[in-house]
Amino acid sequence: MKRAGFSTKWLPILLLLPQLLIIAIFFYWPALHAVTSSFYLQDPFGFGQTFVGLENYTHLTSSVEYLKVAKFTVLFTVLVTFFSLALALLFAVKADKVLRGAKTYRTLLMWVYAVAPPVAGFIGLLMFNQTWGPLSDLFKFFGWDFTLGVNYFDTAFAMIVVSVWKQVPVNFIFFLSGLQSIPRSVREAALLDNRSGTRRFWDITFPLLAPTGFFLLITNITYSLFDTFGVIDTLNKGEPGNNPMTLVYKVFVDGFRGNDLGGSSAQSVILMILVLALTVFQFRLIERRIHYT
Amino acid sequence: MAQVSLDSVRKIYPNGAEAVTPSSFHIEDGEFVVLVGPSGCGKSTLLRMIAGLEDITEGTLSIGERIVNDVDPADRDIAMVFQNYALYPHMSVRKNIAYGLKNRKTPKDVIDAKVAEAAAMLNLNDYLDRKPSQLSGGQRQRVAMGRAIVRDPALFLFDEPLSNLDAKLRNQMRIEIKALQRRLGVTSIYVTHDQVEAMTMADRIIVLNGGRIEQIGTPSEIYHNPASTFVASFMGAPPMNLVAGELSEGILSFAGLDVPMTVDHRGPVTLGLRPEDLFIDAKGPIAMEVDLVEELGAHRLLHGRVEGQQLTVHLAKEIAAKTGPLRLSCDPSHLCLFHPDTGKRMDVRHKATPQARSNTTVESKA
Repeated sequence: MKRAGFSTKWLPILLLLPQLLIIAIFFYWPALHAVTSSFYLQDPFGFGQTFVGLENYTHLTSSVEYLKVAKFTVLFTVLVTFFSLALALLFAVKADKVLRGAKTYRTLLMWVYAVAPPVAGFIGLLMFNQTWGPLSDLFKFFGWDFTLGVNYFDTAFAMIVVSVWKQVPVNFIFFLSGLQSIPRSVREAALLDNRSGTRRFWDITFPLLAPTGFFLLITNITYSLFDTFGVIDTLNKGEPGNNPMTLVYKVFVDGFRGNDLGGSSAQSVILMILVLALTVFQFRLIERRIHYT
Repeated sequence: MAQVSLDSVRKIYPNGAEAVTPSSFHIEDGEFVVLVGPSGCGKSTLLRMIAGLEDITEGTLSIGERIVNDVDPADRDIAMVFQNYALYPHMSVRKNIAYGLKNRKTPKDVIDAKVAEAAAMLNLNDYLDRKPSQLSGGQRQRVAMGRAIVRDPALFLFDEPLSNLDAKLRNQMRIEIKALQRRLGVTSIYVTHDQVEAMTMADRIIVLNGGRIEQIGTPSEIYHNPASTFVASFMGAPPMNLVAGELSEGILSFAGLDVPMTVDHRGPVTLGLRPEDLFIDAKGPIAMEVDLVEELGAHRLLHGRVEGQQLTVHLAKEIAAKTGPLRLSCDPSHLCLFHPDTGKRMDVRHKATPQARSNTTVESKA
């Protein structure tokens, strides 16, 4: 096989440099900084730092509050990921069957994708407003006195709903294109082999969507863990106090509100390791069982 | 096994396009029928309507004794082999073949026995646990066949099953499919755009053009007695020569050729001559200017002009040929005449020959 190449080895490096620079400045350098500062106790007013070794980490493992946030994060991630994927798949399957008005349907669903997380959170604030939010009114009708930002469960509920709502369109687009990339003749062959539409879906369509699903699973877990920051921040109304939050949000709260930069750094290092482990685990274990056409 | 009847079956798409004009034909039990025509002629649409993958706009379709217009594809007792095999990529060969049976609540030991039988028949024993992506094109085609066979359907449908294979494999699979169909005796409908497949495999050929049936007949009927200029030019490689001739006072004249005909029709006609019915004759009436000699090993093809009209001549390999002027003669009993405007065949014959050629001569030509 003939390979195209550069005549000098400096040109490719030069071309890669802007990208490498951006990664270095905005990823490696802060990551390195987080690792070093996690071993120090920072003066809240910036007058120096004391080396404390692993104390920031040991403190976290014994912290009841940290454990509570970690538990909520796991639950939040599982629920958001599951519902965003399940709803998107349902919509995609329905959209795939629609012949007339399919474009309108898709466009309407896609719009939400353009909404930024803080804006989504703000829309959530309006919808779940304690006194006049339409969704709160609806819940009140069923006897549920919904108090966003006051009741822990209610706030968590709103966070999950808004996060799911924000993520469904992305998943929908991927699932829909995944569905449409299944060869028509394969579906037709299944049509001759099996009269039950439900069985055809689980036997043929779903396994063939698995590569798309796996990719989305990873991106959705990442989304739930990190990108929901804006939603959580808005719905907490800047008063995290007794409200639910995820680990990422706690990094921010402890570091920039509590001025505990060392502890906050230790938390982000833990998160970094967690994500790394999760990704490696997923790719190693699950990918092997998935058929790629 | 079953008979298949189409009664004025018609297909109009929602955008108003008429893909298949009302078409009727009857297929006998165990018959191998080939639908052939150029792309867009409606042959696939017709097959897909029989399979139940397309709705029938008008008319009735029956398989066996049953009208199946509104019957689910899975309940029509048919099996279909698709052009791109349509195997389930995530299932092993064994599961691919067994899937249709599993859904029909066949007992497991029966499924195993049938899969084993089909695998033996198709030489797939060593590949049962492989995924389709690990198989060659021919093997995939066999798996698709296996999937159809195990179901013991009343009707096999083939949608251009060989067009994704290379030429050598295509010839081999053509023979395999035909032999398998003979052995199983299952009524089969086979769609192709390849006239060689149609000629070699069919008991009967249905030639389609523009959503309309041009002709239904055995391969030799289609070849020797084409119903229209379309069929004449579509079937056969090289196709029948179609040249403009003149008919007057019962005499057909083309170039130097004068042939007495049975009917006294006057005016221009289209004359059809198979390339193999022309032969070199130093005293022949037709003067041809040969432009090109195509060497094909088993025979040669001469391409040239007669009075400005294109003509192709088929020569046996023993006969030498070169470009330049040449005199030809032809066997007048093999002439076909077509109406110059409609292209339909005219029922006129060479006066010296009997009314219709006997079957034996037809067979020997094929």
